[in-house]
Amino acid sequence: MTEVQVASRVPLDDYASLLGTGEIDELRALAKPLRGRSAQMVNSTAVGGGVAEILNRLVPLTEELDIKIRWDVMTGGNDFFEVTKAFHNALHGGPYHSRSEDFDIFLAYNEQNRARMAFDAEFTVIHDPQPAALVDARNDRSGHWIWRCHIDLSHPNSEVWNFLERFVSRYDGAIFSSPEFSRQLPFPQYLFYPSIDPLSEKNRDLDPEFIALVLSRFQIDPLRPILTQISRFDRLKDPVGVIRAYRIVKRYFDCQLVLAGGGAADDPEGAGVLNDVRREAHGDPDIYVLELPTWAPLEVNALQRASTIVIQKSLREGFGLTVAEALWKKKPVVASAVGGIPVQVIHKHTGMLAHSIEGTAYQIRFLLSHPEIAAKLGENGHQHVKENFLITQNLKNYLVLFLTLAGS
Amino acid sequence: MKTAETPFDFYAVAHVTRIGNQVAGTLAELLAGLEHCSDASIFHHTYQTLGTHHFLTEGFSNDFAQWVLASANRSELAEQLAVLDIRDYLSIAGLRSDLRRVVADYCAAQPELARQTALERFYFCEDVEVLVPLGFTARTLEEFRHGLERLSHASFYFHFISSRLRLHLQTNDFSLWLMTSLGLDTLANSINRIDIYTNTLDSARAKMLRLIDRERRKA
Repeated sequence: MTEVQVASRVPLDDYASLLGTGEIDELRALAKPLRGRSAQMVNSTAVGGGVAEILNRLVPLTEELDIKIRWDVMTGGNDFFEVTKAFHNALHGGPYHSRSEDFDIFLAYNEQNRARMAFDAEFTVIHDPQPAALVDARNDRSGHWIWRCHIDLSHPNSEVWNFLERFVSRYDGAIFSSPEFSRQLPFPQYLFYPSIDPLSEKNRDLDPEFIALVLSRFQIDPLRPILTQISRFDRLKDPVGVIRAYRIVKRYFDCQLVLAGGGAADDPEGAGVLNDVRREAHGDPDIYVLELPTWAPLEVNALQRASTIVIQKSLREGFGLTVAEALWKKKPVVASAVGGIPVQVIHKHTGMLAHSIEGTAYQIRFLLSHPEIAAKLGENGHQHVKENFLITQNLKNYLVLFLTLAGS
Repeated sequence: MKTAETPFDFYAVAHVTRIGNQVAGTLAELLAGLEHCSDASIFHHTYQTLGTHHFLTEGFSNDFAQWVLASANRSELAEQLAVLDIRDYLSIAGLRSDLRRVVADYCAAQPELARQTALERFYFCEDVEVLVPLGFTARTLEEFRHGLERLSHASFYFHFISSRLRLHLQTNDFSLWLMTSLGLDTLANSINRIDIYTNTLDSARAKMLRLIDRERRKA
């Protein structure tokens, strides 16, 4: 277990220009009764992935409110992370081939981390299944322990869930990203939406010259409509389905498609999907398959901002924060009605939902034909993100939860 | 400028959502949920959701209506649910009774549709509310205006809309204080008439500030 020291800090007051001073005053007022009290966040990675991205911002903002917060990352070998990846897929409802040693490996690494670490905070938040068994460190009922589950547990593999539930049921509460991800558990379950940081490199405003430069670097035509899906090359993101939807749209509109994502080089499954995508796209000069580095926030930001329509045609999804990123940039979004996406895309209000390749194509055609409606959806979407999916709202949720737990 | 004896205390209000155990997959199950869910759940899906979706000034009223429209695909019932105006109610019991009546009448008239499975399920949730003083108060209209400008959306909504349930009156915290502490009945009534369904919270606040400025010019 290692403590993470966050390098970059954005002062809370910097958010006032986007949100108004009232929101910042409110955060300070809510934090006042919690001053000097302690909280601990534990997850399994300091970089890469949505949870680390959120904690990198959330932890310094909480510190600024005079709450003693530390962020610890559990350590593990390849064998541990292979097991937890298999668990992750199984909890999402994917196939799982049981191996008896999986559970032993999982417990051994949790035990190792538990032995190295002190758990003496008043509020301990354990993120996701990997460190869930650290609750063994709780040897009395002091302090409040919360399990923050970022994944979709609506159809979990029963063997994996039954194993994890032994640990999860010993917490004081759980947090899920959507009501449908929750389980029957013997304590209160809360709904926190994941969040984006409007001041991060991935979401902050960009100079138009920089956006033009990025388009030019990838040889994308800025004068014709650009349809974009940003996601890992993962079958559950259905990039091949996106290409098929684009081909239907292409019969009516002279448009381009950008499929951009990272991480394929390190992921054998991702490399296979990337090959399938390239095969499907073969021969069409208006399809841009961009394999970005794992961390390319400015390029992602520029591609989203340059897009006419952003697509998220996932087959399964945890929450799909790329949707919130696009909505924040006032982009019309066409997305699948799966996972946490319908929370972000309120059909016909903040974007368009679809259930098939043909449906996706139809909604894209509709928006390309009605740019005024597309603009209105983008505007509403921006407001929706501002109210519900920003890091400051996430911070507020934790403050309210801590106050509620302390009061109880 | 008149100074009030009793100051207006500005509060910060914040909520977290607690996921309930009730779920509806049909209109009949929605009706059962409306009968048995907590008052906090009715509040969450009507008052609270209007506050967090205030920027949707067309066609969004409450979660029940939105689910009936988008998932159960029953636009006529959705319309009947959407037109229930939360400002007409002084208690959750009254609002629950009307929501239940509208859905029950529809289910009785269309029993087959009542049993049809919706596209997505409806999850009954409720709010856990925390209220803390913001640390500033107002005794004059000028101070009140200044405080109003500084409120977050949630706190503005708390004082302007959900206060009705607390007060059990057809008014709001702002209007009540302006009337009882500063004697500004006309201003109080004008503020109370601002339509929250066709305004965003920002535009409602802007109208309020304009009304206050007009009052200050008169003084």
